[in-house]
Amino acid sequence: MIYAPAQMHIPDGFLSILVSAILWAVTAVVLGIALKRVGQDLGERQVPLMGVLAAAIFAGQMLNFPVAGGTSGHLMGAALATILLGPWAAIVVMTTVVGVQALVFQDGGLLVLGANIFNMGIIGVLVSHFVYRSFLRLSGGKRWGIFAGGFLAAWLSIVVAALAVALQLAVSGRSPANLAIAAMGGIHTLIGIGEGLITVGALAFLYAARRDLLQIDAPAPKGSRMVWVGGLTIAALLAFLSPLASSHPDGLEWVAEQNGFIDTAQSSLYTLIPDYVFPGISNEALATIVAGIVGLLLVFGVALGVAHTRRKKTA
Amino acid sequence: MHIHFLDPFRPRLSPVHALDPRVKLVLALAYILTVALTPVGAWPVYFLLLAVILSVGILSALGLGFIQRRALLALPFMLAAVPIIFTNGETALFSFPLGTWTLTGYAEGLARFASVALKSWLSVQAAVVLASSTSFPDLLQAMRAIRIPRLLVAMFGLMWRYLFVLVDEALRLMRARAARSGQGAEAVHRSGGSMAWQARVAGGMAGNLFLRAFERSDRIYMAMVARGYDGEIRSLPLSAIGSGSWLTLAGGLILLILLLLFGFLLWG
Amino acid sequence: MHHSIEVQNLSFAYPDGHVALREVSLMIAPCEKVALVGPNGAGKSTLILHLNGILLAPTSKAHTTGQGQVTVCGMPVEEKTLGRVRAAVGLVFQNPDDQLFSPTVYDDVAFGPLYQGLPAGEVDARVASALAAVRMEAYARRVSHHLSTGEKKRIAIATVLSMQPEVLVLDEPTAGLDPRARRSFINLLRDLPLTMLVSSHDLAMVRELFPRMVIMDEGRVVADGPTAVLLQDEKLLEAHGLEKP
Repeated sequence: MIYAPAQMHIPDGFLSILVSAILWAVTAVVLGIALKRVGQDLGERQVPLMGVLAAAIFAGQMLNFPVAGGTSGHLMGAALATILLGPWAAIVVMTTVVGVQALVFQDGGLLVLGANIFNMGIIGVLVSHFVYRSFLRLSGGKRWGIFAGGFLAAWLSIVVAALAVALQLAVSGRSPANLAIAAMGGIHTLIGIGEGLITVGALAFLYAARRDLLQIDAPAPKGSRMVWVGGLTIAALLAFLSPLASSHPDGLEWVAEQNGFIDTAQSSLYTLIPDYVFPGISNEALATIVAGIVGLLLVFGVALGVAHTRRKKTA
Repeated sequence: MHIHFLDPFRPRLSPVHALDPRVKLVLALAYILTVALTPVGAWPVYFLLLAVILSVGILSALGLGFIQRRALLALPFMLAAVPIIFTNGETALFSFPLGTWTLTGYAEGLARFASVALKSWLSVQAAVVLASSTSFPDLLQAMRAIRIPRLLVAMFGLMWRYLFVLVDEALRLMRARAARSGQGAEAVHRSGGSMAWQARVAGGMAGNLFLRAFERSDRIYMAMVARGYDGEIRSLPLSAIGSGSWLTLAGGLILLILLLLFGFLLWG
Repeated sequence: MHHSIEVQNLSFAYPDGHVALREVSLMIAPCEKVALVGPNGAGKSTLILHLNGILLAPTSKAHTTGQGQVTVCGMPVEEKTLGRVRAAVGLVFQNPDDQLFSPTVYDDVAFGPLYQGLPAGEVDARVASALAAVRMEAYARRVSHHLSTGEKKRIAIATVLSMQPEVLVLDEPTAGLDPRARRSFINLLRDLPLTMLVSSHDLAMVRELFPRMVIMDEGRVVADGPTAVLLQDEKLLEAHGLEKP
């Protein structure tokens, strides 16, 4: 199985502090708006519905099937959630899914959770909403609009989220831009097809069984236009930025270096503190040895202590 | 996607399990933040951070093997960072021919890669210990304590409660699919038809799952309303944090800050 | 002394036009234990949903899909009495996985008292006594999905007992239980000193526990009388898809 590039949940350590912090801030703001909207506009029925749908998306992600190249297609679910619940509730639902995956299953890190929610929950939802609503309007709510819109929304939500991951890795200086974007983008154009097909399959099932759930004629929720514009902007921005970044990796390197520069600038503040704070340990090799001894002592001490108390208990 | 649909919580009698979940959550986050802030190449600090998390792992009685197995999850992602070995730095360490190209590995790139790999490994261990030593209901309390919005915490709780129910439903659907997909003895093609067909079947199952989720949420809603639910999320007040927990929190944070200072002083 | 449940000429149709109840009338005295039987689709569940105000009789103008009146414990069931009605009538649904929606048993049993606006100490006491009543004291900290069906059903009862209701309304309480769990559940129901209306297909349990039985079919009450008498009337039972236990 080729996991790495297909992976969408970034683990901790793969984004710089600055990128993590910025994306946390953006996520917090958007999520705050979404929670407020959900609280205001939607009925009280919505709370159990969102919770159970989040669980359904998680369960639905198990329904995978083989795609070319040893990867398997499965559901991310942002597009389906958006189509079924509207953008605001979908953001809350996807946040819940991504959050539980990180907290409970270590699928994605905690410090980078903001970024993961941003990629899968916010970008995925905004782009899906933009594509699906556009098709629905173009087709006048007809069958082909629902299915074509659903497919493209799902496909694009995956590709755009993957490109966002690649860009974030590159800006963090963890992966060269041209490689990351080509790899993530390339593989996810394929994986996105899987997402698209499953989404259409699910929509076809629901269209036949409970057409009312697809809310074809329902009025767009408040703030919908804003979301639509947001989706358009993000899709356009990434479509424009990605080829640019991969053909000018130097540009991104520069950003990465600025980023690294901030990290060092911050720490060089501390180097102003004179060396004799730790007299004698200014030597790196010595420090390494001391740290090694201290670390080993700590681990062995704890292990001995635990073993001792256990023996006492069983005795 | 990896589905470890089994509850990762392993109940044990250990000081780590017994620690107030709010303190544990904050300390885990602080540890991961410390790891993230530790400068590239500050090996002694990484070593000490490893010693800390290993000690906590031993104290937790979860078994280091268990923790490491779960920590492997982040491993595949490391592939994404491998190229920085070859694109970063000036001090050439090694090189080998690759077709018409020559790949040169740099010392600075290697240091950066190793730091990223270490950061990732250390952080995921902290997350594993947190999730495996704290029951999810306790984690929910901790989330409330660090001011995560109530509605979101309620969502987390509902999702977690129905995760197991719906995963069971999904497994039943998949078993039914498997029971009906025969394979000939001399199957030349991949069994089960084309990719599009397979995707359609999977999509139908997903649709089925979503429909059931909708219907279930209606019934849950009625069960909530029958007990007085009015759309507002209410919860019981949190208990006070004991002085011992405060001490642990303070001690842990001081230790992490010292480690960080150590790293900045020597490698900043 | 008022009746615990008083339903008068209740008719109800769902928005899709399906008529579920046709002029149903039913009186239940305090501490009476009554079984509600009939084939699927007879209107039992719809009737039950009215008793707790989840579906409302058309006293308020918004609901024009039916007519009639429902009174529980002396209160007409309408928008402004909903809070008290829901505290007075404990409604337990068939599937305990729907009834138990909280992460832990404690949270679920505390849900009703919490929404009644009780202080934390009182909520705690209510949870303890409700769990004791179903003999599940040790389960407060447990997580619902780790419980057996029988245990879940008991907890489900506790989730409404904690609201200290006068009337207990149960939908298919013994469905899905193995014989041993069913037996202990029947014993539990026998010991609870509350007015009870229980919808069930389990006629053996009905014969054992409920002196009075109401048969519904196609939205109407077709028989209402002593269980011992009705269960002897094979013609009546057969006409409504029931079988003598």
